[in-house]
Amino acid sequence: MSEREIDEISGVETTGHSWDGIKELDNPMPRWWLWTFYVTIVWAICYTIAFPAWPLVTKATGGMLGWASRSDVKQEMQAAEAAKSEYIAKIAELPVEEILADDSLRQFATAAGAAAFKVNCVQCHGSGATGSVGYPNLNDDDWLWGGTPEAIYTTISHGIRYGDDEETRFSEMPAFGEMFSRDEIGSLAKYVVSLSQGGEVEGPGAQIFADNCAACHGDKGQGDQSVGAPNLSDPIWLYGKTEQEIISQIRAPKHGVMPAWQARLGDVTVKELTVFVHSLGGGE
Amino acid sequence: MSGMVEVERHEAQPVNSAKVRQPLYEARKKIFPKRANGNFRQFKWLVMVVTLGIYYLTPWLRWDRGPYAPDQAVLVDLANRRFYFFFIEIWPQEFFLVAGLLVMAGLGLFFITSVVGRAWCGYTCPQTVWVDLFLVVERFIEGDRNQRMKLDAAPWTARKVMLRTIKHTIWLLIAVATGGAWILYFADAPTLLVDFFKGHAAPVAYITVAVLTGTTYVFGGLMREQVCTYMCPWPRIQAAMLDENSLTVTYNEWRGEPRTRGAKRAAAEGIAAGDCVDCNACVVVCPMGIDIRDGQQLECITCALCIDACNGVMDKLGRERGLISYATLADYQHNMDIATGNGAHAINPTLVRDEKGKLSDKLRHFHVRKLFRPRSLAYFAAWLLVGVLLLYGLVTRDRLEVNVLHDRNPQFVVLSDGSIRNGYTVKLLNKIPEVRTVTLAIDGLENGAMSIVGVDEPEAQTFTVELEPDRLKTLKIYVRQPFENVAGKKQSFSFLVEDKENAEADQYVANFEAPE
Repeated sequence: MSEREIDEISGVETTGHSWDGIKELDNPMPRWWLWTFYVTIVWAICYTIAFPAWPLVTKATGGMLGWASRSDVKQEMQAAEAAKSEYIAKIAELPVEEILADDSLRQFATAAGAAAFKVNCVQCHGSGATGSVGYPNLNDDDWLWGGTPEAIYTTISHGIRYGDDEETRFSEMPAFGEMFSRDEIGSLAKYVVSLSQGGEVEGPGAQIFADNCAACHGDKGQGDQSVGAPNLSDPIWLYGKTEQEIISQIRAPKHGVMPAWQARLGDVTVKELTVFVHSLGGGE
Repeated sequence: MSGMVEVERHEAQPVNSAKVRQPLYEARKKIFPKRANGNFRQFKWLVMVVTLGIYYLTPWLRWDRGPYAPDQAVLVDLANRRFYFFFIEIWPQEFFLVAGLLVMAGLGLFFITSVVGRAWCGYTCPQTVWVDLFLVVERFIEGDRNQRMKLDAAPWTARKVMLRTIKHTIWLLIAVATGGAWILYFADAPTLLVDFFKGHAAPVAYITVAVLTGTTYVFGGLMREQVCTYMCPWPRIQAAMLDENSLTVTYNEWRGEPRTRGAKRAAAEGIAAGDCVDCNACVVVCPMGIDIRDGQQLECITCALCIDACNGVMDKLGRERGLISYATLADYQHNMDIATGNGAHAINPTLVRDEKGKLSDKLRHFHVRKLFRPRSLAYFAAWLLVGVLLLYGLVTRDRLEVNVLHDRNPQFVVLSDGSIRNGYTVKLLNKIPEVRTVTLAIDGLENGAMSIVGVDEPEAQTFTVELEPDRLKTLKIYVRQPFENVAGKKQSFSFLVEDKENAEADQYVANFEAPE
């Protein structure tokens, strides 16, 4: 680097760097470039004064313009709320049937209901609303307490066997283990299994069913939604379809409890949840 | 101990001595291009009118697309995510067509450069066109080169202030019009223009105009050649595109050298003088302020105005035109070999002329044949290939589409009668600005039936669906099959959408899931 080298053709000094014999000329930079560079420095300083930038011990400088990304978020959230307000007002006003009839309102309520479902309902009913043993699948068309918009709305509002709500749905199946012998219950279970498989088996089970179960579950085991008695003639079982599982449910029935949501989530959200659950495919 | 000791003084200088140090930064040297006259100048006027015309007038062209789409011929509708170009409408997922056009533009630039050098820079680059336009204004207000130089050197008199004010005002008006025209491509031009002046337009419109006004004014009026020399990457890249058969603006040294100021005096003194009379006409017209006689250089945008200037001088002198001309490096080298006896001696311009003083037949000139060489043909073929593929993509693209998303959770549902149900999100894309009535059907499930959420009709294999113009319709669909038809298998079937009126159809192959 100590030796100056002048390029023959241009008469300009080279930088001394050589790439495959090609040398870079050390032409002076344009002066406006220098000024532009200074301007960017000044700009950067002004920028850090105007906007939050310099880190301090516990926080950062606030910036003279008072801008903060958080207030932007707040504004955007307010705008989103405002955009929703029209739909929400309508949902508050209309019964669920009419919300379902209005295409755009239904779509809005379905989306809102899906969001509320993910927060409040998935813990028991599962993220796909498919339920599990003891928790009903909401996708199918088998409803314990009814699948009309009205019935779903009531169920969500007041819950099932929920002590804190006076209007909650309530029913209780007796524990038949105290009334019948082991053999009688086994025979009854065989009969119940046969109900869902089309052919009815002969035996004492049929008579026991007619005398003790048909009052709630119906003479063919078709169930009764007014008392939440499950349909025993379909292939959908809340507590399992094997004979053993049915026996234990006859002997000492388990009873599911669902909280009442009206007081907790408010009427609009309950309506949105109703529309969502109704749209899952089993709605009547 | 005494006596003076003789100390030798060395002839040396520190490397960073002030005497030899070059300045790190250099002020811009002002350029005052003189007006040129000639064929290339004429051609450049034409290109300028056409390109500026396209830019300023395109947003005002109308194109009837019916009641459901805008009637602006060229419109980038960012709010609705649609791009309209005359009879073509592009949805965001078809943006590859625009990307393909950019690829074509790139390959086209390579092709053009390999054939005629930096023709893009010299004639059609917006920087060149707008600088030309700004120079027209400057000449009109301040006069041609000499007057402008005089004015520039003159003290700030009232006249100078007035002239400069007028010039910059007109420049700014052009700049505002340039920025203003840009935003018209993004909204209905007549409406936006009125809104713009009433102050009702969106802030982004005003910001865009302000930014483009600034860049146009600064680049076109103040920075000019500095943009090409220091900011644009193309002058560096072009070296890779050019070869010895590319046409570039060339000073034909073999007939110009040695230069002489007085042809008559040279003849009287018996000196073999070249055609160049060293009048610098080529330098004064150059918008880049360079001397083409120094050879091909990074700064040269090949605008060919020096050819016009030199031809004018040659005409006056009664000599052949083309002392500066479009020539290839190969031809130039061939002719140089003639003039220098293959490099044996300095240029002797008499060698390129015959006994009568006419330019020799042995000289080589550009031939159209040179256009067809592997390099240029390869670029052209690549360009054509992309073009044909794009055209194929455009002609065969679907204007009616169906997309299907199978429910993931749950994948299937067992119903009370034992049948199995699958849920799907079906998206129907109506890509034309017309209302359509289409049939949506499932095909391939013998006893299958579907129902649409929100549509109060019994289950069926076929539904009639109304599609809004130029919109996407999302349907939640349930397909159901009796248990006997599905037991333990995964079935493939199709969603078919058909517009009988326009004879358009599309299908999507979906799966039907069932429990093991």
